[in-house]
Amino acid sequence: MTAAPPTPRRDPDRPGVSMVPRAEFRSYYGRPVLKQPVWSDEVALYYFTGGLAGASASLALAARLAGNQRLASDALAVSATGVLASLPLLVLDLGRPARFHHMLRVLRPTSPMSVGTWIRTTLGPSVVGAAVADRLGIFPRLGRAAEVVAGSLGPALATYTAVLVADTAVPAWHEAGRHLPFVFAGSAAAAAGGAAAILTPTAEAGPARRLAVGGALLELAAAEVMERRLGELAEPYHKPPARRFATLARAASGAGALVLGLAGRRRPAAVLGGALLLLGSACQRLAVHKAGFESARDPSYVVGPQRARLDARAGVPSRR
Amino acid sequence: MSARPATFGGGYDGEARPRMGFFTDTSICIGCKACEVACKEWNLLPQDGPLSFTGNSLDNTMALGASTWRHVAFIEQARPVPDLDLAALAERAAGDQAAGATSGMPEVGGGSMVEAVGPARDGIRWLMSSDVCKHCSSAACLEVCPTGALFRTEFGTVVVQPDICNGCGYCVPACPFGVIDRREDDGRAWKCTLCYDRLRDDLEPACAHACPTKSIQFGQVDELHARADERLDELHRAGVDSAQLYLRDEADGVGGGGAFFLLLDEPEVYGFPPDPVSTTRDLPAFWKAAGLAAGALVAGLAAAFAGGRR
Repeated sequence: MTAAPPTPRRDPDRPGVSMVPRAEFRSYYGRPVLKQPVWSDEVALYYFTGGLAGASASLALAARLAGNQRLASDALAVSATGVLASLPLLVLDLGRPARFHHMLRVLRPTSPMSVGTWIRTTLGPSVVGAAVADRLGIFPRLGRAAEVVAGSLGPALATYTAVLVADTAVPAWHEAGRHLPFVFAGSAAAAAGGAAAILTPTAEAGPARRLAVGGALLELAAAEVMERRLGELAEPYHKPPARRFATLARAASGAGALVLGLAGRRRPAAVLGGALLLLGSACQRLAVHKAGFESARDPSYVVGPQRARLDARAGVPSRR
Repeated sequence: MSARPATFGGGYDGEARPRMGFFTDTSICIGCKACEVACKEWNLLPQDGPLSFTGNSLDNTMALGASTWRHVAFIEQARPVPDLDLAALAERAAGDQAAGATSGMPEVGGGSMVEAVGPARDGIRWLMSSDVCKHCSSAACLEVCPTGALFRTEFGTVVVQPDICNGCGYCVPACPFGVIDRREDDGRAWKCTLCYDRLRDDLEPACAHACPTKSIQFGQVDELHARADERLDELHRAGVDSAQLYLRDEADGVGGGGAFFLLLDEPEVYGFPPDPVSTTRDLPAFWKAAGLAAGALVAGLAAAFAGGRR
């Protein structure tokens, strides 16, 4: 047959229904490809309390090794508080809280949640026991041994949650998987240093302040690098509902680092700076949490990069 | 990548069975939704949210979910169709015959047919496709499950054990297809079991059993592969260039699906991710980054104490 007769120019592949206006991606009625996570905001708060507990356990051990007993005691107390606060946040988010212990049936190396469960199960009782022993002055040797266990696992507790969220199909989490651990490690260090700076007399809190400022700088820098590498997948960080947490995290962590770094030897500044860093750390985790939900909801973040990948592999000029 | 064995023998020793799955040939799906109904009935699945009209073609189900394990998609696509002037066509054919044309058919090259075809008018192409859990070879839901509730059966399928699942929800965002979900009232994660109970009694899954056109074919995955390849060839020979197999390739990001599909358009049109990847493929890189970040935390601590206590 010869050339088809002229027809009105119309994309034959577009269904009759209106699609999301974004130019060049196709979907099923604009519906999500992925399920949104079922995790509540309490889980994001756990990333914060867990990070605080992990980094504080390590801070306590380092302070003990350096002979700074006051700082060690305070960081230990913060870590134990963080561990105890984490438990209800996690258990209540389960669909079947009474089956919490089913996590202890197996150790599955391919599941960061399983690995994290065992980290928590080892570190949690250790740090709570160590804090009690330290406060009451009982079982000194056992307490110190528990401090070593908790302090050694602290960095793992502070960073595994980044791997946990990255090990999903959620684009804003998965594609950030090589940067999120640094954001979480920095955020945890800032929170632990900030909390200790609030509690410990300024004359003995120098290391805590330096950890806090360094942590905040790492958190801010890593978040910046992460967003640049994410490219268009960073958009969810700049849209509601993540935007306000991302902005607040940046402002609070930046201001907290500044206050603590410049005036941290004075008590009121130490308290203010420490509190700002705790706020910034919590907001950072909430921003990551919320951005992930948004990227799972909008099919363009799922289909777009995958289609671009396929086209690149096939040598087709990008349709996007 | 070497071909996967026909079975997932691990852990089953002598009890491993051939890997079973679905080949869903959407080119012969008529959108009857018998599969959705049969699945609901056999598995006693409750209602999945309030009933409502979506306005999206004939689809009011819209997605797989905790209580929807088969979902029939309906896609309406505007396509130009030739407007045939039948009277002119018949007249031409008669004239050609009278002129002693050798073949019984009007000569295309002679231009007689073309003139009988008027300008194209708007038409509709209707695509229908029954979606289901893919029972991936590399199943992210199973790999991230911290309780062992999700497991690989002796048939190579992926199934949740309701008595073990504690509703942690990790499988939900791990699935690259948005299949598995948590039931709100019940708190546990649910998805297609490929009718594990029926398979153990040598019955085919309810959806395949109910499918009146054999669009849903159940069988050994290696046999289904051969059947799908043959069907794809047939469609390509018939000029259906857009026909493609989805999740047939064992080298894809999920190692191929135990349930795979023949599609007539790009996967995303049906609501499928075009290039799904099992999330755990990148897990070693994530752990490595976490190790470096943890190392940075330790280094930071050391540096913080190097400056003394003030």
